[in-house]
Amino acid sequence: MESFTPKDSDSHPPLIHPPYKSSITRSPTEEPIIVPQTITELTGPKFNPSILPEDSYDLTNNSRNSGEPIGERLIVAGRVLDENGVPISGVMVEIWQANSAGKYTDREDQHHAAVDPNFLGAGRTITDEDGWYRFITIRPGAYPWGNHANAWRPHHIHFSILGKNIMTRLVTQMYFEGDPLLPFDPIYNAAPDDARTRLIAAFSLDLTEQGFALGYRWDIVIRGPKATPFED
Amino acid sequence: MSYEKQTPSQTVGPFFSYGLTPQQYDYDYSDLATGDLVADGIQGEAINLIGTIYNGDGQELRHAIIESWQADSMGRYAKMGLMETFSGFARVGTGRGEDPRYRIRTVKPGRVDQRQAPHIALTLFSRGLMHHVYTRLYFSDEEEANEKDPLLQRLPAHRRQTLIAKRVEAENVIFYQFDIHMQGNQETVFLEF
Ligand SMILES: [Fe+3]
Repeated sequence: MESFTPKDSDSHPPLIHPPYKSSITRSPTEEPIIVPQTITELTGPKFNPSILPEDSYDLTNNSRNSGEPIGERLIVAGRVLDENGVPISGVMVEIWQANSAGKYTDREDQHHAAVDPNFLGAGRTITDEDGWYRFITIRPGAYPWGNHANAWRPHHIHFSILGKNIMTRLVTQMYFEGDPLLPFDPIYNAAPDDARTRLIAAFSLDLTEQGFALGYRWDIVIRGPKATPFED
Repeated sequence: MSYEKQTPSQTVGPFFSYGLTPQQYDYDYSDLATGDLVADGIQGEAINLIGTIYNGDGQELRHAIIESWQADSMGRYAKMGLMETFSGFARVGTGRGEDPRYRIRTVKPGRVDQRQAPHIALTLFSRGLMHHVYTRLYFSDEEEANEKDPLLQRLPAHRRQTLIAKRVEAENVIFYQFDIHMQGNQETVFLEF
């Protein structure tokens, strides 16, 4: 049976990262038990593109009440690849984010910034045959949080990736090139030194559309099939 | 040989509800998956998975999401193109009220191969978790199959119980209680593959 590459511990943050306070009591302390990959792990939910509304990828359009959402329009696009560099089609990509004022639609968000009635801040798409996803959205604002004195999250978009099977699951956050808040953010900095820059989207004039929106490029790499046959 | 390096995981954060579990939390946006997998015509024994997630201080975890993945009652995993049949995939939040629990209505899965006992794969996300964690739910009324399950056998005896959901029947409704402890002397066994 085909097998998949393991979680790469050099790429992911440690589970307990004390500068991010809520990790201290909410993360396991025991080492995980490593078990063989069975049909359970080698399978996962698949989604037919027909289940998504047509404007699901366009957050500037999918939740309007009275007009355009406020803020700077962005196109965020990239490919989902495995570690062999192979683009993966049929991957469900979900995003959610704050509005241009740094306010989430979530009712528990207590930041006193304006809600935008024309911007829910959530979207979905499925990667095409070359592994591409593409969203149209609004640049999310930075927002304060209670982790430490004068703590502000850098501008970011939350991403959820459902790939070929449950082992390739990934939930992460995309940041923006040049954000001055990045060096101060314990969540971003929980990722290992060499790995965290892979969370940063680069401005792309190629993806930018004249008179419409600025383009940002961000590729996502998930676990993939092992290049050599599995021996057990 | 790997040519590309994995994209680091980041926490799901506290404000996922309107994006990942919108209908459960009453937002005007469609769900990708819900906590109810029992549609008309689905074969098998209808069951309810229910549980609380506890942090290291013994507090109930709000802001958490469970995704479950399982075979149907015949032990078959859903395939693309058969969306009208049992999907096998649920996603639920633990809610934000006084009683934060996850609840999944599903059917009891059959055996997926000759060796493994019936089980459901669970993936857990939460604020404070930098990377999701995996665990598995086994069934307390499958003692014989559990005895021979290769994954359960691999675990130290004192931790094996953390993966076994307790069957409770109340007024003809079947519940399996499966609490998850992130830390402490009852810390749930978490898995990597
Ligand atoms: Fe956020």
